[in-house]
This record gives sequence, C-alpha cells and structure tokens, in this order.
Amino acid sequence: MDRKTLSAAFPVTVPVLMGYLAIGMAFGFMLQAVGYNALWAFFMSVTIYAGSGQYLGVELLSTCAALSTVALMTLLINFRHLVYGLSMLEKFRGMGLRKGYMIFSLTDETYALLSSVQAPAGVDPRNFYFAIAMLDHSYWILGSVLGAVAGALLPVDTTGIDFAMTALFVVIAVEQWKTYRSHIPAILGAVVTLLCMTAVGVDNMLLPALAIIVVVLLSQRSRLDDAQAAEENGKEETVC
Amino acid sequence: MLTPTQAIASIAVMSVVTFLTRALPFLLFDRGEHPPKLVLYLGKVLPPAIIAMLIVYCLRGSLSALEHLGGHLLEAGSLGQWLPAFLSVALVVVLHLWKKNNLLSIFGGTILYMVLVQQVFV
Repeated sequence: MDRKTLSAAFPVTVPVLMGYLAIGMAFGFMLQAVGYNALWAFFMSVTIYAGSGQYLGVELLSTCAALSTVALMTLLINFRHLVYGLSMLEKFRGMGLRKGYMIFSLTDETYALLSSVQAPAGVDPRNFYFAIAMLDHSYWILGSVLGAVAGALLPVDTTGIDFAMTALFVVIAVEQWKTYRSHIPAILGAVVTLLCMTAVGVDNMLLPALAIIVVVLLSQRSRLDDAQAAEENGKEETVC
Repeated sequence: MLTPTQAIASIAVMSVVTFLTRALPFLLFDRGEHPPKLVLYLGKVLPPAIIAMLIVYCLRGSLSALEHLGGHLLEAGSLGQWLPAFLSVALVVVLHLWKKNNLLSIFGGTILYMVLVQQVFV
C-alpha cells in the first residue's frame, strides 16, 4: 500500500480513531477488571474485532459461559452484519485476496465509512477501502490494549464499569428507534424477553425468547414488511 | 475463572461466529442471485428486536430484583438493587436524544452507574 493511498484514507478515518480509542479502552478496562490482561485484549481485538461483540465477550468470559452459549450470543449480537454484507457485495467485488480481510473487518463503523466515502482522483478505490479497513482495525487494537494497560496500572475501583455494555446497547436502540418506521420489533423483543425471564428464569431466557421473537415476526410479515406491503396493492401501511 | 485453554476456545468461537455472520451474505449471494425477500425482511426487523432483548438481558439483575422485592421495592435497603441501573439507562437515553454523541451517552451513563453503585447505594 502506497503513501498516497494511506494519506488519502487517514483523514476519513479520524472520527473512527476517536471512537475506537474510547470504546476500545473501555473494553480493555472491563477485560482487565475481570482478570484478563493486555495480551488477552490484543488477542481478542485482532481475531474477533467487534465492538458490542467483545463487550459481550467480557461477560461471557467472566461468567465462564459454555461454548454453545458463547456461539449463540455472538450470533445474536452480530446478526445485523447480514444486512451490511448485502450492501457491500458490489463494492468488494474484484478485490482478490484482500476481500477476505474486508469481510472480516466489516464493523459498524467501517461499514458506515465504506458506504459513504469516495476514493479521491488518482487513488485506486480498492486500495482506498483496504487502507480504511486496516486503519480502523489498528485503532481498535490500540484502544483495547491501552485500556487494559491503564486498568492494570491505575488503582481505580472498576465496580460497575460493565454498565458500558448496557449503555452501548441503549444507544444503538435509541438510534434504531429514530430510524425505524415501525417500533413493533423493538417492543416485541423487550416484552417477549421479559415474559421469558419471568417464566423460565434469568439463566435460560434467551433461547426461548429468540425463538418466540422470530416466530412472531414471521407471522406478522404482512404487516411489518414495507417491501411486501408496497408490492401487494400500495395500501396504507399499519405501522406505528 | 476459565483456564487459558478454555478462554482461547471461547475467543476462537467468538471469532469464527463473528466472521461467519459477516461472510454469510457473500457466501450466499455473491454470484448475482437476488437474496430471498424473507431474508431481507428478517435482516431488517430482527436487529431492533435483538437489541431490545439484549438490553433486558443486561438489566436482568435489576429486573429480577423488581420481581422478587414486590412490596419492599422502595425500602432504603432495596433501592440499590434496581435503582442505579434504571437511573443510568434514563441518563443514557436523555443524553443521546439531546447531544446525539455516542461516546458522551455511553460514558455519561457508565460513570453515573459507577458512582451510584460505589458511593451512593453501598
């Protein structure tokens, strides 16, 4: 990768630099607080590379979750990536070996950048996208290692720092609430999970909750699917 | 605590599953076929439902405290079991609607929560 591509890509990634240093440091801090040092933070950030996924990972490691739980929870939290990939099919075409890395590194933030930026004149777009992906990944690794080191060195009481994960999910929910025309999926998700918690207890609530949510969403498709509703006869949609 | 081998296994599972969720659209639809409408529909409506589910999961400690405390909810000794989380979630929502800054919302809420559980409701 040449200097010209890098210097074109760097300014675009500065907002992600700020965000990843901060969120990555909070991750490293939390990880250190449950007994895993900077080496683990580095290892996780290099191989997993997912913001909310790694926050959840701290919880999964600290509660000694079974591998099946780890797999299910990771699948759930990352389900939204399915949508990202669909809109990157064209962009990543013809990237050869680098395509594997582009897919691996398709986080929320990198997706947001790649969907909005244009390569400047004289810079190959493929190289430009690759540079953005690599820069973002390196910020994330740097932030998480710094956080873990700071957590080890500073004599701070970290009780309650795990709330950062809840806060991150609440922020995502607020963003979704503003973007989505129908709030039924969000309300359904909360209500069904609460009911499952009361019915089967906190340890076994997620799998039945997920199953019920999927079944209800499938059964309500004619009401909730804008594309299908538009196709049917252009009638008024019943979304709230 | 997990043994190092167990921890590495957990991290490997997280890594593989995360990669698969990112790679699946490319594996299935990269040859020009149009994705089934059902997949597109689920890809659109599932994320908000799952985030709501995970928020409830994150708050499970406070929520089940509410369930078990019943009439003793507002007694001084019980408040600390549920109030810090709800106050902090409220702050995250208010900050985010007001300033629309992810970092401010996340750190504001987390710092309030840490102060509440460490200093106020000890």
